[in-house]
Amino acid sequence: MEVEILARLQFAFTVAFHYIYPPLSIGLGLLMVIFEALFLRTRNPQYEQLARFYTRIFGLTFGIGVATGIVMEFEFGTNWAVYSRYVGDVFGSALAAEGIFAFAMESGFLGLLLFGWNRVKPWVHFLATVMVLIGSMFSAVWIVVANSWQQTPAGFHVVGEGINARAEITDFWAMVFNPSSVDRLWHVWNGSFLAGAFLVLSISAFYLIKNKHVALSRKAFKIALVVATFFSLLQAFSGHSSANVVAEYQPAKLAALEGQYEDSDDAGIMILGWVDEEAQKTTGIEIPSLLHLMTNKEIGQDTIHGLNHFPADQRPERINAIFQFYHIMVGIGFSLIGLTLLALFFWWRGKLFEQKWLLRIFVFSVLLPQIANQFGWFSAEMGRQPWVVYGLLRTSNALSEAVTAEQVLFSIILFFVVYAFLFLLFLYLLNRKIQHGPDEAEKVEYSDAPKRTISGIIK
Amino acid sequence: MEAELSYFLGIDYPTWWFLIVGGVFAGYAILDGFDLGAGSIHLFLKKEQSRRIALNAIGPVWDGNEVWLVIAGGALFAGFPVAYASLFSAFYIPFMLFLVLLIFRAIAIEFRSKEDMKWWRNFWDRAYFVASNSLSLLLGVVVGNLMIGLPIDERGNLVGSWLQLLNPYALLMGFTILALFVMHGIIYLLLKTEGRLYAKLRILLNRAVILFIIAFTAASAYGLYAYPKLSDDLQNSLSFWILPSLGILSILSIPQWIKRRKFRIAFVSSALAIALMLGVLAFELYPVLLYSTIDPAYHIDIYSAASSQKSLGIMLLIAAIGTPLILGYTTFVFYTFRGKVRLDENSY
Repeated sequence: MEVEILARLQFAFTVAFHYIYPPLSIGLGLLMVIFEALFLRTRNPQYEQLARFYTRIFGLTFGIGVATGIVMEFEFGTNWAVYSRYVGDVFGSALAAEGIFAFAMESGFLGLLLFGWNRVKPWVHFLATVMVLIGSMFSAVWIVVANSWQQTPAGFHVVGEGINARAEITDFWAMVFNPSSVDRLWHVWNGSFLAGAFLVLSISAFYLIKNKHVALSRKAFKIALVVATFFSLLQAFSGHSSANVVAEYQPAKLAALEGQYEDSDDAGIMILGWVDEEAQKTTGIEIPSLLHLMTNKEIGQDTIHGLNHFPADQRPERINAIFQFYHIMVGIGFSLIGLTLLALFFWWRGKLFEQKWLLRIFVFSVLLPQIANQFGWFSAEMGRQPWVVYGLLRTSNALSEAVTAEQVLFSIILFFVVYAFLFLLFLYLLNRKIQHGPDEAEKVEYSDAPKRTISGIIK
Repeated sequence: MEAELSYFLGIDYPTWWFLIVGGVFAGYAILDGFDLGAGSIHLFLKKEQSRRIALNAIGPVWDGNEVWLVIAGGALFAGFPVAYASLFSAFYIPFMLFLVLLIFRAIAIEFRSKEDMKWWRNFWDRAYFVASNSLSLLLGVVVGNLMIGLPIDERGNLVGSWLQLLNPYALLMGFTILALFVMHGIIYLLLKTEGRLYAKLRILLNRAVILFIIAFTAASAYGLYAYPKLSDDLQNSLSFWILPSLGILSILSIPQWIKRRKFRIAFVSSALAIALMLGVLAFELYPVLLYSTIDPAYHIDIYSAASSQKSLGIMLLIAAIGTPLILGYTTFVFYTFRGKVRLDENSY
C-alpha cells in the first residue's frame, strides 16, 4: 500500500513537472513557424527578430522537456513492472512509434533550428522549424494515444490468467483510434497552442507596459492574440466532445467530475460547487438539465448514473479534488475566451494598446493555460482510478514487485530536489531572456560571416 | 501462450526484434558515446575557448543522439515487455541515478553558456564532467551485469539487494565502457578541432587507448577467472574470439589513422569497435535476454519475453519505415554542421 501511494506520487509529480514544457514547445513552435513564414513572405526583418527571440525561449523549454521526458519512459519499467508486462504488447508500439517517428524528428531538426541560423538558407531553416513543430505534435499524438488507450482500451484481447494475464494487440488502428484518442488529442493540442500563445501575449504585454521593443511587441501581440482567440474558441468545442466520450465510456469518471452521487434522469451542471464526500452531497450553483442536454440524453428517459451506482471498489476516490480540478479547468477555458474576445473588441476599436489594465491582465494570463492543462490532466487521471487500464488492471496491482518503499521514497526526494532546482533555474533564465529582449533591427547583422563570437544570442 | 512464430526472410520475429533492439542500442552507444566521451574529458580542457569549442562540437547533434536512448528504451518495452519490466525494476536505484545524471548533463550543456560569471560556468563544467563520466560508468555496469546474469526469480524479480549489481566484474566493465567512450569522444573532437587544442587532444587520445586496453584486459581476465559461464561460452563459440579481437585491432589502428590525419576512418574504427563490443554481448546473450544466476529455468529469453507476433510484425513495419527517415535527417544535420567548429552568435 505504501509503495503504491509513493509510486503514484512520484509518477504524478514527474508527469506534472514534465507537462509544463512540451505544451510550451508545441505552442511556441507554432508561433515560430508563423513568424518565420511571415518573414519569408514579407522579408520584414522584424519577423525574423521575433522568430529568433522566441527560438531562444523555445530552446529553454525544449531542453527541460526532453530531459524530464525520458524519466517517464524509464518509470514504467522501474516502478510499474507488472503494468509494463501487462500492456507492453499494446502500449509499447505506440511508445516506439513516438520515438521513431516523432521524437527523432523534432530532436534531429532541433540542432538546425537552434544553431542553423547562419548555416542554412532561410527557407531551409523555416523547414527545420516546421519539422520540429510537426515532430512535437506527433509526439503528442502517440503519447495521447497511449494514454487514451488506458482510458478507453480497444483493439486488443486479454491472454492468460491472473498474474500472467496480459493484453495483446488484435487491431493496431483500433488501438490507435480508440474511442477517446481523437478528442483528447485535439484537446491537448489546443491546450498546447494556448500555452504558447499566452506566453507570447504575456511577454509582449510586459514589453508594451514597459515601453520596450514596442513595434515588435505590437506585431507579436496581435499575431498571438489571433492564435489565442481561435484556439480558445476551438477548445470549448473540443472540451464538449471530450466530455461526451467520458459520459459514454467512463460513466464513473463523469459522475466524479460533476460530483454526482445519485442517479438522475434530469442532471444539471455545477458552475461552482463543493463536494461533501462524507455526506455524499454536492452543493453549489447549478444549471438544471444541462448535463442531459450536453450529452444528448433524453430528459426523463435516460439515466445518468451517480457514483453510488458503482460498486465501492470501482469508483474513484477524492471526488472533491477531481470535481474542483475539472471545474477550474473549464472555468479557465471560458475566461480565456472572454479575455481574448475583449482584447479583439479593443483592437477593432483601435484602442488595444491603450488599455494598460488589460495588458496587465495579459502579463499574468500566461499562468492560466498552464493551470488548465495541469488540472485537466489531474482530473482525467484521477477520474480513471482505481484503474490504471480502465476496467482491466487496477493501479494497486500494477506495481513493481521487486521495488521497496524506501527505494521509491529515495527517488521521490531525489526528483523533488532536482526538479525544484531546475524550475528555479528555468524561471531565472526565462526572466533573463525576457529582460534581454529581442535583438532590435539595427543590432542584427545580416552578413554571412558572423562577427560576434562570445556575445550575442546566448547572453 | 506459445503461438506460432512468424518469419521474415527465414528469421523469426523475436530474433528480428532482438537484432533491432541491439542495433538501436549500438546506434545509441556510437552516437551518444562520443557526446559522453567528449564530456568525460571536459575538465582536462583548461581554456574557456577550448571548452566552448568542445561543447559546440556536440552542440547541434547531442539531442538527436540522445533520442536513440529513448527509442532503445521504447523498443525494449515494446518488443520484450517482460525483460524490460524485470531489468528496469531490478536496476531501480542505478536507473534513477542514471536519469538524474542525464538531466544534469542536458541542463549543463544548455545552461552553461547562458551566463558569463566564472562560478556559473565552473559549476556547469563540473556537473557536465561528473555526469558524463558517471553515465558511461553506469552503462558499463549494466552491460557487465547482463554478461554474467542477475539473481532473478521465477517471476522475473530481482532477489536480494541491488548493491550486488556493483560487483567487481560489472565495475571493471564500467571502466572499460568509460574508456571506450572517452576514446571515441576524443576522436570526434579531433575531427572538429585544430591548433593547440587539437595537439592536446592527440596526447589525450594516446592515453585513452592505453587505458582502454588495460581496462578491457582486466575485465576479460577477471570475468573468465570468476565466471565459468563466460569461459564456457568462450570455448563453445568461435565468434567470441573473433569479435573482440577485431575490436581490439580496430582500436589499435586508430592512432595510425590519426597520424595520417584520416579522421573519418579513425572515427569509423572506434564506432566499429563499439559495435563489435555490443556484438559480443548479443552473441553471449542470444536467445536469452536476462540470465538468472539462481536457476536456468528462470532465464528470460526472447521467446518468453516477446510481445505477440502481431505486435512485433506491426513494429517491424514501423521500424522499416522509420529507420531510413531517421538516418536521412541525421545525415543531413551532421552534413550541415560538418568540418571544424566555428563559434558564432548562436553557439553555446
